Amino acid sequence: MSVRLRIISAMQRVAVEQQVTLPPLDDDLSLHETGFDSLGFAILVARLEDDLGIDPFTISEDAAFPLTVGDFVRAYENVPA
Amino acid sequence: MSPREIFTLRDYLGPELKGRTISDARRLVSLTDSLGQTCLADRLGELSRRSVLLAVSDQLISAIAMTELDGVARRMLLCPPDLNAEHVNALIEDAGIDAIVTDHPSRWADADIYLVLAARVPERTIRKAKSERATEWLMLTSGTSGVPKIVGHSLEALTGAIVADGPARGAPPVWATFYDIRRYGGLQIWLRAILSGGSMVLTEPGEALADHVARLHARGVTHISGTPSHWRKLLMSGSASGFSPRYVRLSGEIADQAVLDGLRRAFPDASIGHAYASTEAGVGFAVNDGREGFPASLLGTRDSVEMKVEDGSLRIRSTRTAHAYVGLGAAQLADADGFVDTGDMVELRGDRYHFVGRRGGIINIGGLKVHPEEIEAVINRHPDVRMSRARSRKSPITGSIVVADIILADGCDASRGGEIREAILADCRASLPPHKVPATIKFVEALDITAAGKLARSDA
Repeated sequence: MSVRLRIISAMQRVAVEQQVTLPPLDDDLSLHETGFDSLGFAILVARLEDDLGIDPFTISEDAAFPLTVGDFVRAYENVPA
Repeated sequence: MSPREIFTLRDYLGPELKGRTISDARRLVSLTDSLGQTCLADRLGELSRRSVLLAVSDQLISAIAMTELDGVARRMLLCPPDLNAEHVNALIEDAGIDAIVTDHPSRWADADIYLVLAARVPERTIRKAKSERATEWLMLTSGTSGVPKIVGHSLEALTGAIVADGPARGAPPVWATFYDIRRYGGLQIWLRAILSGGSMVLTEPGEALADHVARLHARGVTHISGTPSHWRKLLMSGSASGFSPRYVRLSGEIADQAVLDGLRRAFPDASIGHAYASTEAGVGFAVNDGREGFPASLLGTRDSVEMKVEDGSLRIRSTRTAHAYVGLGAAQLADADGFVDTGDMVELRGDRYHFVGRRGGIINIGGLKVHPEEIEAVINRHPDVRMSRARSRKSPITGSIVVADIILADGCDASRGGEIREAILADCRASLPPHKVPATIKFVEALDITAAGKLARSDA
């Protein structure tokens, strides 16, 4: 499974657990519009770290948190595994 | 005995009760004859009025030495086996130690500043020691870092709960404990064995659990105590079958419903009680109804123990608490009214208080407070779970999140991991607010237990 598909699948799982109804996850969708709160993102980032072995937001101290779903996925894709 | 007379352990070790013993895996020593024995090669008299460091690695020799020193030494400081050698000098200074009883005399080089006495396997003596004073008992707290605090007790305070419980019914008990007897929880059991006219079976370092249980069985142990972590380990091992004590006691950690139910299934004929005690606050109470937590009606004054809840923590004032922290610059042990703040946080649910965790063990999740123990209590209710530990994990989003490490029960099919994980998360979501639900769950083979028998918490 590609990094993108694993991220989307993890988001869908967290959404079910957090009882959040996700809109279609287009690259342009702002993360705010996903309906996740900060706890939802914290869970997502922890699970992705376990799954993919990386946490792009901790690796670089000044990394800005992404604004859109596309930015979020690219943050993982751009880190050398 | 008139109230003015000094009360010492010697009073309970006369030759009247036959067949009393203390044993470890290697030796069986008579307690009935213990007044006719010595570990100190007849040099006990030299320890009169001394402040003694009891640094004996061997538990059985320590146990006998305690009975000899009580009533003779001015004070005795009990060293648990895992004491960090780097802390010894500070403790010696704070406790004003001027004599050391040890089974490794060569390790104590500064013999010019204090008397060093070798402790040996008990041998017969014709000298009868006499009690001269009420010895002060010093114990160490079992914190994880830094120099442990020295806690001062009298024998009267240490045995207050035992005397209040009255004599055991039926034949004298054979006590055992998973604790080391140089710690408060273990010492309570050794004192119970002495005061009840019973016998004592000690742990043996490095002994396999199955061999330990076989020994408990062979020695006819009727009463046994340990922490919930000790008991979970025993339940996990499958070694409990065939062992049937009359009384099973838990203390030192929160006894959740899962461990109480597990013990009920394993020991259907035993009374099962969980006691609240700490090195500083002494024994508060014991609960014997098989349910977690304690009835709210225990607050107030009962059996000379006064309890209240303030700022969420349990506070205790009684004649069983320690009287002070010992040493230069030592902190106050009790508040101005004499209450000891236990640091154990409780929550009232219906007519019962439940322990939710330690004040110092709180995890902060984006400003919200979480006690790992309350999460573990929910996880442990799942029938496929044997033991769990909730802990904090760093998060770039919220600072921290809660994650859980879980040991599954024996015979649990690993391929069901995903299904069990979902079920546990669903249980947590049903019983806990969102920030207390573990973000991730990891199945592990083992969880560390500290030397004091408690689940190791690195972030606590």
